Amino acid sequence: MKFVHYLEKISGVDIYALSSFAIFFTFFLGVAFWAWKADKNMINEINQLPLNN
Amino acid sequence: MQVEKFYYDNKIVKMFAYASVLWGVVGMLAGLLIAVQIYLPGANFNLPFTTFGRVRPIHTNAVIFAFVGNGIFMGVYYSLQRLCKARMFNDTLSKIHFWVWQLIIVAAALTLAMGYTSGKEYAELEWPIDIVITLVWVVFGINMFGTIIKRRESHLYVAIWFYIATWVTVAMLHIVNSFEIPFSFMKSYSWYAGVQDALIQWWYGHNAVAFFLTTPYLGMMYYFLPKAANRPVYSYRLSIVHFWALIFIYIWAGPHHLLYTALPDWAQSLGTVFSIMLIAPSWGGMLNGLFTLRGAWDKVREEPVLKFLVVAVTCYGMATFEGPMLSIKSVNAITHFTDWTIAHVHVGALGWNGFMTFGVLYYLIPKMFNTPLYSKKLATNHFWIGTIGIVLYAIPMYWAGFTQAEMWKQFTEEGTLKYQFLETVTHIIPMYITRSVGGAIYISGVFVMVYNLYKTVQAGSFVADEAAEAPALAKVVDTHGKQYWHRWIEARPIQMLVFSLVAVAIGGILEIVPTFLVKENIPTIASVKPYTPLELQGRDIYIREGCYLCHSQMVRPFRDEVVRYGEYSKAGEFVYDHPFQWGSKRTGPDLAREGGKNPDSWHFMHMLNPRNTSDKSIMPNYPWLYANDLDTAITPAKIRAMQTLGVPYPAGYDAQANTDLEAQAKKIADGLTNDDQIKKLASVSEEIDLKNIQKKEIVALIAYLQRIGTDIKGEKKPTTASLP
Ligand code: HEC
Repeated sequence: MKFVHYLEKISGVDIYALSSFAIFFTFFLGVAFWAWKADKNMINEINQLPLNN
Repeated sequence: MQVEKFYYDNKIVKMFAYASVLWGVVGMLAGLLIAVQIYLPGANFNLPFTTFGRVRPIHTNAVIFAFVGNGIFMGVYYSLQRLCKARMFNDTLSKIHFWVWQLIIVAAALTLAMGYTSGKEYAELEWPIDIVITLVWVVFGINMFGTIIKRRESHLYVAIWFYIATWVTVAMLHIVNSFEIPFSFMKSYSWYAGVQDALIQWWYGHNAVAFFLTTPYLGMMYYFLPKAANRPVYSYRLSIVHFWALIFIYIWAGPHHLLYTALPDWAQSLGTVFSIMLIAPSWGGMLNGLFTLRGAWDKVREEPVLKFLVVAVTCYGMATFEGPMLSIKSVNAITHFTDWTIAHVHVGALGWNGFMTFGVLYYLIPKMFNTPLYSKKLATNHFWIGTIGIVLYAIPMYWAGFTQAEMWKQFTEEGTLKYQFLETVTHIIPMYITRSVGGAIYISGVFVMVYNLYKTVQAGSFVADEAAEAPALAKVVDTHGKQYWHRWIEARPIQMLVFSLVAVAIGGILEIVPTFLVKENIPTIASVKPYTPLELQGRDIYIREGCYLCHSQMVRPFRDEVVRYGEYSKAGEFVYDHPFQWGSKRTGPDLAREGGKNPDSWHFMHMLNPRNTSDKSIMPNYPWLYANDLDTAITPAKIRAMQTLGVPYPAGYDAQANTDLEAQAKKIADGLTNDDQIKKLASVSEEIDLKNIQKKEIVALIAYLQRIGTDIKGEKKPTTASLP
């Protein structure tokens, strides 16, 4: 049941939804790649931080 | 490299720890009181400052901002110093932070009890307190970033990322949601109205859960869980993805609180989609926590600290699985406005936040007092008492929620509603009773902890300044080739701050801006007019007494709701509602179409004692509304504030408002004084001063109740055939 019609009247609203996905997805891939590529020694070193003090 | 000697400040950690325990007890007792009031209206004591609508915000604010708030600062001040290998930036700032925060809590409790509230859930505090909160948050920020900048460890461990994101996002949420226009020393109107106010409020409300109750505690999980288990976190890479995905997705999920309301459809859909996506990072984090303990479950059996942490993380997993489910529109259609939500919240609050806090307290206090915990056995008992408490709280509330949804939606074969609203309330009273027992058990566990920690403190000697040493941080970190670009952001707090802000701001902006742009396009309903001065005053009483904590004002487009309450709500109806009052739960029936449903005399009898008109009602009595004179001196200021916000009262109307107010009040009062039932009631109730009734607050409230939802009555009637 549709009861909010007025949005169809302002053009380009779907661009908001689409761009939000695009931005998130790109960002996510970037972060995942960053984590995956990160230097192993560095990661291990950081991971030990809570235990060193 | 020269090794530097320095001292960790344990004193500030201790202060926050004690405050967390103290306010935890206070906040939970307030919760227990309102849990009892729900089935025993007498427990409202017929007094304004003990009535449900005022104690409920005291409970929520106390447990969120006082119990968990101090818990956050306890965890951050302890772990940040150690992860940075540095004392807190400035001891004075630490103390200011502590004392002003406690002052805010006391001020909050007093003002809420006095009825000063903005009427927006979890953001109830009024404008002067909002300003102090902003200032103390800045103090906290300076202290935190100061510490990070003078650190002796080049890497920023992921816990610190969570703290930074918490800081920047809470600042953004608090400021944006608190835009309000003061009209007196302690009162203001929300800058936004209706649909926009609702969107901002739930963008805030949801993300208060995300960035106050979740991200700082995840940071604590990433520090204290490895610490207590004495092994590093399962996968640090996973924690990186967990962090970024979580903060990025969380910010979008707010509109899932507004499904099927008058909020634009696309915003609702966005809220649903991102809420479902949220399950991935949430579970990533939970599994990362639990897998940390792989092969070490024997430790969990022996160590109460780990027991608490494990159940906390498990409850986090349960709550973050349930959350996305509740965001699916068809599920939400059933659960929303029911006690299901209360159950959901308390799995998170009692399980995740409560148990995490207890675990950290059991870890920290012995450490800082340089002595073993007084009794592991008592701590284990606390663990079991707490767990039973959670179960006894949650199950009855799920059951109650399910029952409500069932009964609200049932039709007879003839096509009429099967149950009166009140029947659906009285039916679940046993669940409410059981819930309060569960809550009481949970609190008794907290008292066991208080005793245990007290004995520990007695036995130990406090290490106020804990000695540590570490080499100073080289000015230039030498990064060889491959590490460089990873380090560019990982080890730089300001970059981290900016990136976190960008990540959370994108979601906010993309959701909020279009809703505001739409303003010009909200189909202005010509018949929707500003409230009369008397109605406006009555509305402020409605807000003051927290009626929105039991009553919604939002008829969703479902067959049962339209039949029960009337035509479903339209966005255009709320354009003068500063703040909106859609509510979030229906302990009482929806009031969006209350106007004209019952005569004035009915409301008059009902508000004095709801059991006068509605047998076995659980609504509180409001006798003080019959004794208090309405404050008309403030009327012009209220009108002017509304005009500033764009409500189209004619120019100069503030000067005339009270004349109109008195005329309307007289009309209502005349009707009441001539009513035989009222005369009879007045002759036996000493609360009622019928001669002077025109001046009393109750008349304003009745005027408001009779106005709600009437603007579009007389327009074309809804057809129920097409509704789900
Ligand atoms: C503890 C929850 C609670 C609070 C707080 C509460 N109510 Fe109620 N209210 C109920 C319940 C339950 C009913 C249904 C039984 C009845 O009619 O009393 C109800 C019914 C009503 C009705 C009758 C609705 C109808 O059409 O049948 C009105 C009007 C009302 N409440 C107004 C208020 C106002 C105004 C306030 C604040 C001053 C308030 N309520 C606070 C629980 C509450």
